[in-house]
Amino acid sequence: MNIRYFAWVRERVGLEEETLEVPAGVETVADLIAHLKTLDDNHAAAFEEEEAIRVALDQMHVEGDAVLAGAREIAFFPPMTGG
Amino acid sequence: MAVAPIVRVQLEDFDLEAESRRLTDGRKDVGALVTFTGLCRDEAGTLSALELEHYPGMAEAELTRIAAQATSRWPLTGLTVIHRYGRIPPGENIVLVVAASTHRRAAFEAADFLMDYLKTRAPFWKKEHLASGGSGTWVEAKDVDDKDAARWK
Repeated sequence: MNIRYFAWVRERVGLEEETLEVPAGVETVADLIAHLKTLDDNHAAAFEEEEAIRVALDQMHVEGDAVLAGAREIAFFPPMTGG
Repeated sequence: MAVAPIVRVQLEDFDLEAESRRLTDGRKDVGALVTFTGLCRDEAGTLSALELEHYPGMAEAELTRIAAQATSRWPLTGLTVIHRYGRIPPGENIVLVVAASTHRRAAFEAADFLMDYLKTRAPFWKKEHLASGGSGTWVEAKDVDDKDAARWK
């Protein structure tokens, strides 16, 4: 699965994007966040304020209970500040 | 049938006059044209520029979804949304909304709705670069923007 990061989430992870094989048992967005936190210190720091992270699945806003099955791309980012 | 909105996400500046004319030229049914322009302000001289990051693809898609909600909710004859990205110094344009309708209420409300939803749902992030230097800080989302968006439920 292709994972993209934006704004301070991108800066904390240290990557704009990465491709990851989703492990068995990781079914929802929340499961994936829990998994990403275990990868290294940068990921752990990026997802430390988990309630502040917004998620898009295939470029649509979703919540933590959204199911990953079938999705190609997931993006993590802070609350939006455009306009 | 609802009108198809014009949505653009671009690096370069936009021309308010040209975008307004695009929704009125050759038509006699437009009675109201509301435009909103969001600009970069200098925060009392402390800000040297805003850096606008966006999620290419989703930015266009989300703006199109918000614009489609507006055109289905109000009887518009035209709707344009343009959002810039990249480094934008104080005094320059960031965002443009043009809403055209037969009567004013629909145009006012649609433009207001569009900006409220854009601020909380369109994937753009502002980083402030200060006149005093440094690496810059991300602008934090404001609770008031969520409250503004909730007015339209």
